[in-house]
Amino acid sequence: MDKFTVLTAIAAPLPEANIDTDKIIPARFLKTTKRSGLGVHAFDGMRYYPDGSEKPDFVLNREPYRKAGILITYDNLGCGSSREHAPWALLDFGIRCVIAPSFADIFFNNCFKNGIVPIRLPREICDMLMDDARLGGNGRLTVDLERQVVIRPDGAEIGFDIDPLRKHLLLEGLDDIGQTLQHEGAIGTFETARQQAQPWQTRIVID
Amino acid sequence: MAARTLFDKIWDSHVVERLPDGTAILYIDRHLVHEVTSPQAFEGLRMSGRRLRRPDATIAVVDHNVPTSDRTLPIEEPESRNQIETLERNVREFGVPYFPLLSARQGIVHVVGPEQGISLPGMTIVCGDSHTSTHGALGALAFGIGTSEVEHVMATQTLLQKPARNMKVAVEGPLGPGVTAKDVMLAIIGTIGTAGGTGHVIEFTGSTIRGLDMAGRMTICNMSIEAGARAGLVAPDETTFEYVRGRPFAPKGEAFEQAVAYWKTLAADEGAQYDKVVELRAEDIAPSLTWGTSPEAVIPITGTVPDPQAQADEARRAQMQRMLDYMGLEAGQKIAGVPVDVVFIGSCTNSRIEDLRSAASVIGGRHVAEGVRAMVVPGSGIVKAQAEEEGLDRIFRDAGFEWREAGCSMCLGMNPDRLTPGQRCASTSNRNFEGRQGPGGRTHLLSPAMAAAAAVTGHLTDVRELI
Repeated sequence: MDKFTVLTAIAAPLPEANIDTDKIIPARFLKTTKRSGLGVHAFDGMRYYPDGSEKPDFVLNREPYRKAGILITYDNLGCGSSREHAPWALLDFGIRCVIAPSFADIFFNNCFKNGIVPIRLPREICDMLMDDARLGGNGRLTVDLERQVVIRPDGAEIGFDIDPLRKHLLLEGLDDIGQTLQHEGAIGTFETARQQAQPWQTRIVID
Repeated sequence: MAARTLFDKIWDSHVVERLPDGTAILYIDRHLVHEVTSPQAFEGLRMSGRRLRRPDATIAVVDHNVPTSDRTLPIEEPESRNQIETLERNVREFGVPYFPLLSARQGIVHVVGPEQGISLPGMTIVCGDSHTSTHGALGALAFGIGTSEVEHVMATQTLLQKPARNMKVAVEGPLGPGVTAKDVMLAIIGTIGTAGGTGHVIEFTGSTIRGLDMAGRMTICNMSIEAGARAGLVAPDETTFEYVRGRPFAPKGEAFEQAVAYWKTLAADEGAQYDKVVELRAEDIAPSLTWGTSPEAVIPITGTVPDPQAQADEARRAQMQRMLDYMGLEAGQKIAGVPVDVVFIGSCTNSRIEDLRSAASVIGGRHVAEGVRAMVVPGSGIVKAQAEEEGLDRIFRDAGFEWREAGCSMCLGMNPDRLTPGQRCASTSNRNFEGRQGPGGRTHLLSPAMAAAAAVTGHLTDVRELI
């Protein structure tokens, strides 16, 4: 996973609520066995006509948003399925930060695992940032993770909250499996005690 | 100790360690694996040289991609075939127990787990699929995870988690004729919205829920995710214990009695506090369905399509209008009588034997309406076999329904079972998002009984007129 420190990027405004994971990446693109290459299918239904040609009005089909690194939406971004293909598609497109008033839980989690920073900010702040984003190349936003601020084009700063452990993993680009395996001893002890206390937890063995 | 909820108790009993910032290393008892969200996780293990910690707590099935037609033929779609073959290679390499495509025990992962007694009360159960919430019906903490977390569980048998908040949804009173668990859940989602449960685990309580069989409770918990919740739960009781008893992987004899004694301690303590409480009365719930492209767009079958102009919020108004345009409906139109092209009875929400019995009971010698394609996709090979033993397959076939093999099928159209653009489907599945059942497809979510009613009349129909 790439580290996330400071990102200055074009932000794409997508003023819709309840953008579900089927919209971010429809199920027919989930047949891959890789994490990469999904960017071309991101927002497929919103982005392309059935014949595969681009819908010119869709924000990510317009300059300069084809190079957007930040996406701003309304409430409940990423609702629906647990597919990590949604953040993979965003990442592959080039999005490293998503900003919305609220997120669906699993999508929110999945973002962190892929070096994408999901930032919760109130609706009126999102509206303000969308106005900045509409300035295109002149409206680049900066996300400083260490300082936990979004910096607007005029230099004004907006603070945001982030879980300290997740922030640490993002800043260092760390694999959390490695972190957890440092506690392997404790896991083993817990596991043994649990198997003794609850012998009815049968092992799954298929002949 | 302070009074604890069912969620608190399961959570507390699985915390291996609390990290300084409050994150828990949470032990996972069961990991369910399918072909779509696992290949990248297995690949991650391989790349880092890690082992899969507990194959004996893991079970793999193929369900999302599998054709529901003749299984002895090769799988036509090359990418689907590749994903299935990849899973088969991975389970061999890592020693994971697996129900292959031609096994009678193959089926939708959320049908198979409870059916086999792999999912048990008090457990933590995860799967790379959001409808893992289904298993909460047993009184297990069960939730969907992304592929990175699938890999994390494979390597460590744990997850890094922050505790959820507690929400209680209480439904009281007897259900009216033709009203099922699906209608109750649609009513709940219609009431609290698709973000109503965000950050919470919902415990479903009340006499209506207590009165449901396990299949009904699974339907309810299954769609907790459509209410935005992390998981759904029903406290284990005699209905649960009787369901679990004798299942292949369930404990037997004295071990079962010990387990039941423990499971009985899981119910919420007197005075346990919930962060959010919602109450519904069953008598207010009619057979219901969705009219739009969000699971919260719910109306009773006696209702009319809502008018966006009545919405004050501009963004909301625009969203509603888009839903109407996509669905090909008009504000104020009566929903009953809208013609359907396809009827789909299946999915992890409603493909259990009880669901098939309910649908079959509505048919009553009628035939699928002309021009309607109606299909029944049982949740597992075991459900299919049982239905055939009971003669339900004959009722469906004689009425003109397709009787198919088990899988996720038209719930999400990863296999060849898809809607074509503009087709309208009465579906017992869980999501009505744009394009979910195929690009341009229009989905109305409803119960198996309502789906059967739509099949035989050719339009969305109040099932109470047929029973």
